[in-house]
Amino acid sequence: MRSASGSRYTLRTMALGYLALLLVLPCSMIVYYTFKDGLGPVWEALTDPAFVSALRLTLIAVGIAVPANTIFGVMCAMALVRRPPKHGTWLINSMIGLPLALSPVVVGLALILVYGQNGWFGGWLTENGIEIIFSTPGIVLATIFVTLPFVVREVIPVLREVGTDQDEAAWTLGASRAQTFWRITLPAIRWGVAYGVVLTTARALGEYGAVAVVSGRLAGKTETLTLHVDEAYLRLDEVAAYTTSLVLALLAVLTLVAMNVFKPRTHKEVADVDRSPPGHEALR
Amino acid sequence: MSIAVRQVTKRFANGFVAVDNVSLAIASGSLTALLGPSGSGKSTLLRVIAGLETPDEGDVSILGEDVTGVPPQKRGVGFVFQHYAAFKHLTVRDNIAFGLVIRKRPKAEVRARVDELLGLVQLDGFADRYPAQLSGGQRQRMALARALAVEPKVLLLDEPFGALDARVRKELRAWLRRLHDQVHVTTVLVTHDQEEAMDVADRVTVMNDGRIEQSGKPRDLYEHPANEFVMSFVGPVNRLGEAWIRPHDLELRLEPNGTTSEAMVERIVHLGFEVRVELVLDDGRLVSAQVTRSEVEELELLEGQILYVRPSRTTVFSGTAMPQGRP
Amino acid sequence: MPARAGRSRRAGGLVLGLSTAYLTLIVLIPIAAVVASSFEGGLSAFWDEVTSPSAVAALELTFVASLLVVLVNAVTGTLIAWVLVRDDFRGKSVVNAIIDLPFALPTVVAGLTLLAVYGPKSPLGVDVAYSRAAIVVALLFVTLPFVVRAVQPVLLELDREMEEAAASLGSRPVTTFRRIILPNLLPAILSGAALSFGKAVGEFGSVVLISGNIPFDTEVASVHIFKSIEGDNPAGAAAVSVVLLVLSFAVLAVADVLERRSRRHDA
Repeated sequence: MRSASGSRYTLRTMALGYLALLLVLPCSMIVYYTFKDGLGPVWEALTDPAFVSALRLTLIAVGIAVPANTIFGVMCAMALVRRPPKHGTWLINSMIGLPLALSPVVVGLALILVYGQNGWFGGWLTENGIEIIFSTPGIVLATIFVTLPFVVREVIPVLREVGTDQDEAAWTLGASRAQTFWRITLPAIRWGVAYGVVLTTARALGEYGAVAVVSGRLAGKTETLTLHVDEAYLRLDEVAAYTTSLVLALLAVLTLVAMNVFKPRTHKEVADVDRSPPGHEALR
Repeated sequence: MSIAVRQVTKRFANGFVAVDNVSLAIASGSLTALLGPSGSGKSTLLRVIAGLETPDEGDVSILGEDVTGVPPQKRGVGFVFQHYAAFKHLTVRDNIAFGLVIRKRPKAEVRARVDELLGLVQLDGFADRYPAQLSGGQRQRMALARALAVEPKVLLLDEPFGALDARVRKELRAWLRRLHDQVHVTTVLVTHDQEEAMDVADRVTVMNDGRIEQSGKPRDLYEHPANEFVMSFVGPVNRLGEAWIRPHDLELRLEPNGTTSEAMVERIVHLGFEVRVELVLDDGRLVSAQVTRSEVEELELLEGQILYVRPSRTTVFSGTAMPQGRP
Repeated sequence: MPARAGRSRRAGGLVLGLSTAYLTLIVLIPIAAVVASSFEGGLSAFWDEVTSPSAVAALELTFVASLLVVLVNAVTGTLIAWVLVRDDFRGKSVVNAIIDLPFALPTVVAGLTLLAVYGPKSPLGVDVAYSRAAIVVALLFVTLPFVVRAVQPVLLELDREMEEAAASLGSRPVTTFRRIILPNLLPAILSGAALSFGKAVGEFGSVVLISGNIPFDTEVASVHIFKSIEGDNPAGAAAVSVVLLVLSFAVLAVADVLERRSRRHDA
């Protein structure tokens, strides 16, 4: 079978070559450009007040968006799986899916049209001295919007597979609904939630388009890490741009590691799960 | 009466009537089997008793107290699921202790009670394992201990051995019977396996299409079935016209007499002590007879041989006969 | 679902209500604002904005580049999935893990790195910066995982006996691939392709640095919207956004149907 193994090596070379040119080479360039001029400029870039403030703002956005979407995601998944509403499920599902498919720039525009000066709530907000667009709340809202789907979409299939047996067993043993949720349901879906949280965090750290529209880009004030990359590059401060990129890339690698820790577990959890009795299934 | 179900009806959202105007009384300390084919409503009825389903009509009382509107948490029932419903993230000890921890019992008491139950279900030494490290039979024993830990007024078992292989199922059946004799808690067991029901239970209630067909002692059901459905569900049966004949009620003879019909031996199946003889009657109908091994040897039966058969006992149901029946 | 006592039903309703309220506030109202704003001047104003030469040029470029990228992805994605499932070599698990890198890496960082390799200072001597080719490269980067991750599980589950049966019937490997394997992978390939099309059509961050954003040449739809916002033309931005919005919904619907079909194929 000489030709068979020959074609195997051809396919392997093609696939790995494509990945090398498209993924590996570009990403290794970040490291090269960051340390091109030694450690000094890198240190300077990392201690630049604009960088520090960008890091702070990014962490604020992540710190609000991730818990908000995690709580929403678990709640929404519970509602959709355990008690699907009779009507309007399609609308809820498309709203959950939309942020994945929609251009981030459109998300930014949408927020301006609602919360901007001439937006739907703009007048009321201005009167009350609340600033959303070109300010931190706008950036947080944009981040929440684009990261909304991840936890819900990860938890729904896990919740479906886990079924209701364990919850029902807990009820018959006297556990209230709240006790059942905290002690049984949540631990049963924990790896699915964790995986969703990792995806949400990655997307929140890296969001650029939506944030670029609503931020107003005041360096040191309304700039996130991704905007700082862009801004540094445009003022030809390559080291600052690449250093910030490297920080973001390292966070991305951490994300990959976390994904590879959690993903197999959600699968294992799902595979190991007892199916609900076929008899009941037939009745519903 | 320990459990009383009065005129309970349960409809599902798709309009399917799972339980149709069912009334049932279960005596204290008994072990009752709800027997029926899948879709007969037996599991739904059990879940109504547990409070996991709310009946559309009718009421349920446990130990004389009306519990129709009472949530499952406060009914004092122990429930065991077909697929164990083990809490996977908790050890065997924590699984069994769950109900006691929820009730905020003192730690020492919980520990002692769990140790006692581990002994009762023969899982001493497995306390610190996780459910994934147990066999199916062990998981189900753990689930039983978990249900018994809170000292339920009644124990409800939903196809508890359905997911286990045949050998383990038989062992657990005998074990459950002994356990019940020890603990004496009123127990309801749902099963589709007539042998299991007859083997374990003091009383059997046969359900079909959401209705109760007959309740009684296993022997009464077998000997005096109320209708064709029960006749055909509680054991193998031959049907010849209006007459129903159990295979062991078919006599085999080498010589004809006035009351016998001619038949050809098609197949002889040795099942151990018993032998099943499959026969073709002269009009082409198939029947099977159950005889002992010594009878086969006496008659020197061979496949292809011509025999004469005569029912020693037949059952005929009057006009209210039901159309369906199953072997 | 078991029906339960009234109190718990109210609690369940509360959970659903809160979820719906959150979705309405975060997603529905803003999207409604975009649609409303695009039609503020009436249908003809909307049409004028969408058919303005620069908008048409941007939409056309976006559409054609995305289609091209989807075609390339369908082939390379299937190839990579094949190698990851059927081949075995040292470091395969690392390769498998980095497939998700484009998802984890911020798009602007992706744009910057691509510029470093395929820009004026390219170590490979390939400079495509500020050209339409650059847009295709950027889109290929950000959409890489979709087809791979759609095809991989299907290929893993694919019954090897089918191929052995085909081989025993005298089918050559190429014929077996074309007539046995490919038809089974097709729903997954198409569903991955639909998702990468959706991503490509709306892509902004990776394109904005490398494309140069030259109107009528390298300005994609999302950059066009961005410039309209900066140029204080929200109605124009909203009009083009509605076109992208409709495309997104279409992509979601197609992917949903395909995913359901590929699942039915499995059963």
